[in-house]
Amino acid sequence: MKLHHKLASGLAAGIVLAALSTGAALAADPIKIGLLEDISGDLALIGKPKLNGSQLAVEEINNAGGILGRKIELIHLDPQGDNARYQEFARRLVSKDKVDVLIGGITSASREAVRPIIDRTDIPYFYTNQYEGGVCDANMISNGAIPEQQFSTLIPYMVETFGKKVYVVAADYNFGQLSAEWNRMILKDLGGTVVGEEFIPLGVSQFAQTIQNIQKAKPDWILTINVGAAQDSFFEQAAAAKLNLPMGSSIKIMLGFEHKRFAPPALNRMHAAANWFEEIDTPEANDFKKRWHAKFPNETYINDMGYNAYTALYMYKQMVEAAKSTKLADLRKFIATGNACIEAPEGKICIDPKSQHTSHRMRLISVDEKHQVKVIKDYGVIQPYWLGQIGCDLTKHNDKKQYSPTDLPKKKT
Amino acid sequence: MLVEIFSILYQFADVFAFLILSAAGLAIIFGMMGVINMAHGELIMCGAYVTVGLVHGGFPLPLAQLCGTVAAGVIGVIIEVLLVRKLYKRPLDSLLATWGLSLVVTQGMLIIFGSSLAGIGTPEGSFVVGPYTYSTYRLVLFGGAVAALALIYFIFMRTRFGIHARATMQNAAIAQALGVKVGNIYALSFGIGAALAGFCGALYAPTMTLIPTMGATFIVESFVTVVVGGANVLLGTAPAGLLLAAVRTLLNASQGQIVGQIGMLLAVIVIIRLLPEGISGLLARRTR
Repeated sequence: MKLHHKLASGLAAGIVLAALSTGAALAADPIKIGLLEDISGDLALIGKPKLNGSQLAVEEINNAGGILGRKIELIHLDPQGDNARYQEFARRLVSKDKVDVLIGGITSASREAVRPIIDRTDIPYFYTNQYEGGVCDANMISNGAIPEQQFSTLIPYMVETFGKKVYVVAADYNFGQLSAEWNRMILKDLGGTVVGEEFIPLGVSQFAQTIQNIQKAKPDWILTINVGAAQDSFFEQAAAAKLNLPMGSSIKIMLGFEHKRFAPPALNRMHAAANWFEEIDTPEANDFKKRWHAKFPNETYINDMGYNAYTALYMYKQMVEAAKSTKLADLRKFIATGNACIEAPEGKICIDPKSQHTSHRMRLISVDEKHQVKVIKDYGVIQPYWLGQIGCDLTKHNDKKQYSPTDLPKKKT
Repeated sequence: MLVEIFSILYQFADVFAFLILSAAGLAIIFGMMGVINMAHGELIMCGAYVTVGLVHGGFPLPLAQLCGTVAAGVIGVIIEVLLVRKLYKRPLDSLLATWGLSLVVTQGMLIIFGSSLAGIGTPEGSFVVGPYTYSTYRLVLFGGAVAALALIYFIFMRTRFGIHARATMQNAAIAQALGVKVGNIYALSFGIGAALAGFCGALYAPTMTLIPTMGATFIVESFVTVVVGGANVLLGTAPAGLLLAAVRTLLNASQGQIVGQIGMLLAVIVIIRLLPEGISGLLARRTR
């Protein structure tokens, strides 16, 4: 009798619980975020902060009630820097996990591997790195800095301050090649010359010959757009050979935090244009850094990619809440209004409707012989204008293409 | 003119040192035991990590490098006893086992020590020849490579252990019948190979980025040098290093790093096609 009673009440409680949980699930199915970031392999070093930034944003957003009252769920896969895995995992996230949005990718090669897969779907893709620019694709939203924000600021400063002769040390893949192209175009307008250009295969770690070539060419400064942990050995070896030339880059300091990893003075006289670096000293930035270090006390450095990964989720939240939908078409209607803006730790940033790239507050920074970071110049907010100028207008037509200074869109008749 | 000749020699010495130091440990383990040690890069990383860790802990660099070398050697002996020993008759399985070990080690290091260690900086010292300044430490690397070759020659040609080791290499069963403790010879040889890998890591540690996968940057060079050199480390490795360094230096200097790398790998294909047993195979046939 007693046993029967217990069973009955237990069953009743079970039914109530089950009813409650299905009810809750109906009200707030989580929004699924697919995240592809390398946290092992050669790029783990710079990829781990990206995962951390995403996790921090997800935690904060969920604690504050989620997006449109729905929790967000992060599904992270680690492609280990392998482009084939990027494609495999992107397909999996899209078709099996049915994510609402895809975020991630480090190298431009990985982005270009993922983009065709995303283009066949109707979900948005956030690329959260600074890169060589030029992608005109309705599915892609870029929220890192691009050449008109980085090179159009850095190169004129370097030419003015140090001189017109430049030597380029670049990684031999699309990022390095296209960045070198930007450098050539901007230098030409400034009357500068490229006295040497060297493309290095990824994974090469020995630079004695390169260092000697640089000494032979006698440049005024070096543009270092070498990529990956192996190629970063250049700085140590150049310092050991007393090369001691000014350097400029779009990816050093704020991205690879070489000034934290190498013993001083290897990065002495390095310059970079950045929308984020951990040394930014404003109340908003300091508050953000405090929250980050509270969650990840062992983080060596909050790099710009990690920061961009964090802001990407807030940008997504803002877009979904304004559009009251997670569908790409609805989100893009909102982007077209020009009001897709958030208050980020760097200041207010907005998505440009024509190119779906992000405006950024840019600063020029440099590293001294003790590896202290100094802000040299504050450019204020710079719009992503180049794609719009050359004729990319995603509110009118979806080109699904990457343009570069020597590969411009054909004139529409 | 003299300035240019010196610069070419310096670059040649630099490439040669990289090839020899990368390959020496792998060559011994392959030549003595026929084991293709896929965890070679991780032994290099071990030497580098121990060195850097100790320098951060206050050790002087040379002592830290010695400790890094010894640490890799000890770990090599442990790997031989626990893993490789069971697989001498199954060379493909030993390749797979050491590869698995390498994956476990790189991922384990990533989890335990994080994605990178802070660098220690290359020892001060540079010199000027004509318009160029050079890092003195690169000459230390070259000296290290020559010392490694001399040490291998000394150990295997001038010591009792070396005689036993060469006897084991030629015919393990007969050597054992004559009282050589083959098991110990294998363990020690593997240890020496591992220590040489650690030596490579210890020497390059101040000049490179320290990440768990850093061993991978040495792997291509080490394998092509061993393949070109052939199974006999005493005859093959040094000439293979000289040949490949010559090809690479000339192409690097005239055409840049990309062509240098492609050219070196093409040279390897041609050499293997003409000399399937490597340079040591050719030299051994001549002397027979």
